[in-house]
Amino acid sequence: MIHQRLKDNANKVVVPELSGRRRFILACFMLAMCGLIWRAVDLQVLNNSFLQNRGDAVHLSNIKIPAYRGQILDRDGHALAISAPVSSVWVNPQEFDANGQGKKLASMLELGQKALTKKTDKTSGRRFVYLRRHMDPQLAERIEDLGVVGVYAQKEYRRFYPDGEVAAHVVGFTNVDGEGQEGLELAYESRLQGVSGVEQVLRDGKRRMVKHVESVREPVPGKDVKLSIDRRLQYLAYRELKAAVAQQKAKSGSLVLMNPLTGEILAAANQPAFNPNERSKLTASRVRNRAFVDVFEPGSIMKPFTVAAGMMSGLFDTSTIIDTTPGYMKVGRSQVRDHRNYGKVDLATLLLKSSNVGSSKIALGIPPEGMWGLLNRLGFGAKTGIDFPGEAKGKLVGFERWRPIERATLSFGYGLSSSVLQVAQAYSVLANNGVLMPATLLSDGVSEAERVIPVEISKSIRHMLQGVVSKVGTAPRAKIQGYTVAGKTGTVKKAVAGGYSDDKYLGLFAGMAPAKNPKLVMVVMIDEPSAGDYYGGLVAAPTFSRVMAGALRLMNVAPDNVEEPVTLVAFNQRGAQ
Amino acid sequence: MSWDIQQTTRISNYQQTKGNLFQRIHIDALLLFLLLVLSSVGIVILISAGHEDLGLINRQAIRLAIAFIAMLFIAQVPPHILKMLSPWLFILGVLLLIGVLFFGDVGKGAQRWLNLGFVRFQPSELLKLATPMMIAWYLSERQLPPSFKHILFATLFIAIPTFLIAKQPDLGTSILIATSGIAVLFLAGISWKLIAGVAISLGASAPVLWSFMKEYQQRRVLTLFDPESDPLGAGYHIIQSKIAIGSGGTYGKGWMQSTQARLEFLPESSTDFIFSVFAEEFGLVGCISLLTLYLAIFFRSMYIAVQAQDTYSRLLAGSISFTFFIYLFVNVGMVTGVLPVVGVPLPLISYGGTSMVTLLIGFGVLMSIQTHRKLLSS
Repeated sequence: MIHQRLKDNANKVVVPELSGRRRFILACFMLAMCGLIWRAVDLQVLNNSFLQNRGDAVHLSNIKIPAYRGQILDRDGHALAISAPVSSVWVNPQEFDANGQGKKLASMLELGQKALTKKTDKTSGRRFVYLRRHMDPQLAERIEDLGVVGVYAQKEYRRFYPDGEVAAHVVGFTNVDGEGQEGLELAYESRLQGVSGVEQVLRDGKRRMVKHVESVREPVPGKDVKLSIDRRLQYLAYRELKAAVAQQKAKSGSLVLMNPLTGEILAAANQPAFNPNERSKLTASRVRNRAFVDVFEPGSIMKPFTVAAGMMSGLFDTSTIIDTTPGYMKVGRSQVRDHRNYGKVDLATLLLKSSNVGSSKIALGIPPEGMWGLLNRLGFGAKTGIDFPGEAKGKLVGFERWRPIERATLSFGYGLSSSVLQVAQAYSVLANNGVLMPATLLSDGVSEAERVIPVEISKSIRHMLQGVVSKVGTAPRAKIQGYTVAGKTGTVKKAVAGGYSDDKYLGLFAGMAPAKNPKLVMVVMIDEPSAGDYYGGLVAAPTFSRVMAGALRLMNVAPDNVEEPVTLVAFNQRGAQ
Repeated sequence: MSWDIQQTTRISNYQQTKGNLFQRIHIDALLLFLLLVLSSVGIVILISAGHEDLGLINRQAIRLAIAFIAMLFIAQVPPHILKMLSPWLFILGVLLLIGVLFFGDVGKGAQRWLNLGFVRFQPSELLKLATPMMIAWYLSERQLPPSFKHILFATLFIAIPTFLIAKQPDLGTSILIATSGIAVLFLAGISWKLIAGVAISLGASAPVLWSFMKEYQQRRVLTLFDPESDPLGAGYHIIQSKIAIGSGGTYGKGWMQSTQARLEFLPESSTDFIFSVFAEEFGLVGCISLLTLYLAIFFRSMYIAVQAQDTYSRLLAGSISFTFFIYLFVNVGMVTGVLPVVGVPLPLISYGGTSMVTLLIGFGVLMSIQTHRKLLSS
């Protein structure tokens, strides 16, 4: 050591300042080291929580977990609308970097590579652009694993309608984001949609999800909605109506089938129909649930209610004879006419022949408030309460403003408007011995029963309506083998600008079976049949007969007409087509 | 001050008989121990920072082994041989740099590599040692403190590689090389007046220098003062690094628990920004311990420089220790947001080959200087 120091001193002679310089350097470096340590203290102790939070803010993020949308079920629990898990792939064009995987990505997305670059270039100012919606979740996962920067997948549910067109009008549909747009999907949106959950995840620098940290809020699945619709009857109604509209070359058609004892709508079909699984091809005219939202002048099918009003007034009964001679009558300055002179008729014959003069005489013979009161309590001019979006109210003018001609025309169904559903609901009152069960689309719907027509009057009108289906009535084609049928035809001139059209008709049939103890009520409307026939008894009654026959069998209703024993051949042949 | 060969031979024979074992095999035991500890710490951090990539750890371990062997090999070369080689190494290095300028491979946007067919090689690494060796050789042959003319020549020798490397562009390395050369000049005793004059004129020419800087370099300096101005661009590195260091707290999150690095928020987490990973995982306590370890190596190096027996060794050893410290300071300063991001690795810990080999060769030179001293027996 001594020698080293000696040597050191010797060198000092040559480089005299070196030692001082070393001290200077050491001082500087110690100072620098203190600076670095102070910096570490500053970051790690003084600013620790601030920086920690900033880190967490970047690493942790909350993502939405979609809630499972409730199913729409038919009365037996068959799904009419169901949600399936899918994934949607989206891109943040500002982060997008194909990483050399552009070709693979494009093919997995089923896009051309050019289309992909076009998509990402065109939207470069945005932060969220869908590349493909609703794809196989496993494929989406593989796309995420490609490691393309800025491309993400999110979980979603896609709505499927297993029955396609069949119940489309009632069920409605959702948009691509799973929000109800039409029909019951829209009506029961809040019940079906549920509450989406929130999940906290750890993301890495490329914004990929790395780890599930915790569930902030569990998603609450939406509730199922169970409908009164019977899928089997719905299918039957859909099939027969479609065939009838095609056969009659009609513009449209509607059918409502109800259980009169509960008010439950068992089937509701319309033509033209749409496929809710293919939302890109929707048009308003196909999507509209005509049976619920369209109104028309119901015409002759209103006559049973005129007769009921007459009987309820006490001025008419089954033995009353009304003289309809000479087949027309003058009311004010207008004229009411029948097809031909029916002469003296009783009430049953009036309905059987559908005499306008006869029903006008009843209407003019009773106080107008009695007529209005009955129609009002039958539900005309008011919504039925089925919660259906856009349901029609129809129009029933107050009796204070009725002139004699209006009282007369109202008696055979002109001067008021109604939906097919409202007619079905009103006929259900006749079927249910005079008690109104408001229409419902839910199987657990609670209806407030209301007596509208006395029991005996309902029964005798049903009895009279059986005659309509007989060989001498207007609708022999509505009859069903093995069952008694009560019903009424309607053939309505369509109102057009400036009056009534001479060649545009609605053919209607409203009826029930079995007539003595009705289990089912059905209204069929064929709009603008153009294949030749247009009478309700010819264009609508056969459809009524077919659907009702099938429905009675499916509902296990015992046959009540022994004179005409059941032969199932007719139905089976039809069914086999 | 020149040595003739006979004299040296005699002295080394003398050492071999009288020195202890380490002295005889020309190893400075303390320095070797400290370096081994530091590299082990490096491997441990790299396992976490490199996302447990075994291939990466393997490559780093192999490089370390090669570097240590190179260090021990250089330690056997007596300082006078190194001194003799100095100008030739420097000339070779400059020629290679010119070669890079014309024939170099491009990597990461800069032309730094020379492909010699069997190995890709960064000549700038050679200059890290060759430059201070050259200046030490040049000045030790002349009267000290150096005259103005000699200072001028020395400055020219420093400027040539600095300029060539800055042109690649590799600002970090060129600054380090300039620093290593200037350290020799400073230790050789240039007058304080001159230093003050140069500092003032440098300060005055800063705007000119600024205009010569590349746009990305200017941005790096600007973001240093306000990293938040460009949080997704140039400021991203600094912000992520500060978040990493800061969220480590006093005791750290524990080994392998760095979220910033493991979630790939921190760029270059296994190379330039490895200190941030260390700080996040081991906290303030770890940081102070690591800095203390570096400081111990620096003190040992400075001690060797003081002990050196001739001017060349003294100047060179001083410069090597000085540069080692600057390495550390620039890297830690950079990741903590005190200095601009200039791409200087954390010595002996950052993943990466050539700079580690150069560093350990530098320590080999120190060991040589320490163990080839003439010991005069009492």
